[in-house]
Amino acid sequence: MAKKHLIWNERYECMPDSKKKELQLERLKLLVSRVYDKVAPYKAKMDAAGIAPKDIKKLEDIAKLPFTTKEDLAANYPFGMFAVPMKKIIRIHSSSGTTGKPKVAGYTKNDIKMWADVMARTLTCGNTTKNDVVQNAYGYGLFTGGLGAHYGVEKIGATVVPISGGNTKRQILVMKDFGVTKMCCTPSYCLFLSEALREAGLEPGRDIKLNTAFLGAEPWTRELREQVEKNISIDAIDIYGLTEVIGPGVSSECMEKVGLHIFDDNFYPEVVDPDTQQPLPLGEKGELVFTTLTKEAFPVVRYRTRDITRLIPEKCACGRTHIRMERLTGRTDDMLIIRGVNVYPSQIESVIVQIPGLEPHYQILVDRQGAMDMLEVWIEVSPGIFTDNIKGLEKLEKRIRGEMESVLGIGVKLKLVEPKAIQRSEGKAQRIIDRRTVYDK
Amino acid sequence: MVKQISVFLENKYGRMAEATEAIGEAGVNIRALSVADTSDFGILRCIVNDTEKALKVLREKGFTASATPVVAAEAPDEPGGLARLLKIPRDNNVNVEYLYAFVTKSRDNAVVILRVDEYEKLISLLEKGGVKVLTEQEAVSL
Repeated sequence: MAKKHLIWNERYECMPDSKKKELQLERLKLLVSRVYDKVAPYKAKMDAAGIAPKDIKKLEDIAKLPFTTKEDLAANYPFGMFAVPMKKIIRIHSSSGTTGKPKVAGYTKNDIKMWADVMARTLTCGNTTKNDVVQNAYGYGLFTGGLGAHYGVEKIGATVVPISGGNTKRQILVMKDFGVTKMCCTPSYCLFLSEALREAGLEPGRDIKLNTAFLGAEPWTRELREQVEKNISIDAIDIYGLTEVIGPGVSSECMEKVGLHIFDDNFYPEVVDPDTQQPLPLGEKGELVFTTLTKEAFPVVRYRTRDITRLIPEKCACGRTHIRMERLTGRTDDMLIIRGVNVYPSQIESVIVQIPGLEPHYQILVDRQGAMDMLEVWIEVSPGIFTDNIKGLEKLEKRIRGEMESVLGIGVKLKLVEPKAIQRSEGKAQRIIDRRTVYDK
Repeated sequence: MVKQISVFLENKYGRMAEATEAIGEAGVNIRALSVADTSDFGILRCIVNDTEKALKVLREKGFTASATPVVAAEAPDEPGGLARLLKIPRDNNVNVEYLYAFVTKSRDNAVVILRVDEYEKLISLLEKGGVKVLTEQEAVSL
C-alpha cells in the first residue's frame, strides 16, 4: 500500500531540479557578496585564498570557497561571525564548543520565520496537521531543539505541548491525558519513554494516541528504531540539524524512511573527503558540509559539520525533490553526543587543567544503561591533590563535577582513581571509551 | 608529632591487600592502622616503623601516598579514658578531623592517634592536661 505523504511547502519541496539549481545559484551569489562585505573573517579568508564574490559564476564554483570550521567560530566568539548588527538580531541560541566557550547562533526575524517553515516541513514529513497534539520534549532554552520544534508546530497550527525534557512520569501523564499524537525528543529518550509506557501497562491505540515521533539531536541505529516502533506502535522519523546551520530543521526523513530530505533551497549540502578536503562525486560517503543560502544573522559558508554521510541523488517516492542524505554513519572528530547534548573531550580537559594540582590523566566513559546515556569521567588522584581526609577529596570531587556539569550542561559521574589506573597505550592514554552503539554498522 | 602514612585506595577487589603487601615486602612493620571509605574510594592510614621506606615502596608500586602529621597520645585503658582525653581539644576549640585508637601489648594505656590542623597546639594542651604524648620514636616502636 502506498504511504500517505503530506507536504508543507510544495513550491520549494517539489521544485524541479533545474529551477532549484537556478535558485540556489542566485542565493549563493548573494550570500557570498554579503558575507564578504559584512563578516570580516570571511573577507579575510577569501582574500587569502584569492577569491572574490564575482568568481562565483556557477554552483560548482562553491568548491573554490574556503571552509568554515568550529575553530573559526571559537576564534570569533561570540558574535564575530554575525552578518547583521545586533539590533536586527531577535534571538540567540548556543551549543557546546570545543572549549569552555559555546558556539553561538543569532537569528533575525526572517531567520526565525524560515526556521519555523523548515520545521513545519519536518513535522509535515511525518504527516503532522493542525489536528495533531505535539508533545515537545526537546529542552527549551539555549538549546535549539525546544524552541525550534515549537515554532514549527505553531506554524502548522497544531497544538504544541511545551513540556521540555525530563520528568518521565509527567511526560506519560500528559501524553495520556492530553491525547498527544506526535512527539519530539531524542531517540534514546523515546526508547526510554516507550519502555516506561509499556511498564505502566499503557496500550498504544487504546490508552495513548501517539502515532509518530520526530527523533533527532543524536545519531541512532536501525535496531533502536525498530525497537521504538515495535514498543509503542509508532512511526519513528529521523530528523537532523545543528546549531551552526540553524538547529533542527536542516533535514528530515519522510514516511518512506529512506534517507533525510535536506531542505536544500535553504541549506546547500556538499560531501567532501575529510582528509583531502576535496568535493566527492555525488553519492560517495564523506564529511557533510553546509552553506546556508538564506540565513541573515549568522550565515555559514561551507561549514564542516564533521558528520559522515552520503547524498542520495535518486528521487524519493514521496514526491519531494529535496536531495536526501543517508542516516549518519560517524564523525570525523571526537565529539560525543550524550543525551542529545554535544560534548567535546576538550571541554572536559579544560576543566581538569584549571584545577591546581590536578594532572590531566583522565578517561571518559560513555555507556548506555537501559536507554539512557551515562557519562563517567575518571581522574587519577595525583600527589598534588591527595589529602588524607575523605572530606577534602569529596569536596574536590564535588568541585570538579560541578565545574564539568556547568561547562557541559549534563550530569557527570566523577570517579577518583589511583595513578596509572587509566590504561596507557604506547605512553598515550586512551581518553574516550564509548561503549554505546549509536551508528548503524 | 608523629608521621602517619595516608594511601589513596580505589574501592577495588584486593587493593588493600596489595598496599599492605608492598609495605610488608619492604620489611616495614605496621603499628597501627585505620581505613576511611566512601562508596568509590578509601584512604588507608597507618603508623609504621619506617615511614620513609614505606612511602618509597608504595610510590614505586604506583600508589598515591603521603605523610601526614598526627598526634599520638595515651589514654587510660578504662571506661571514660578516651572521653577524658577528648575533653581537652573540645574545651580548647581544637577540631579533631579524625582519630583511631588501639591497645598494645607493651603498654598499659591505649594509644589514640588524632588528626588535627593545629597539632602543635594540641600537643602542648595535652601535655599541660597531664596526658602522655608519644614521640615519633615511641610511636613507631610500639
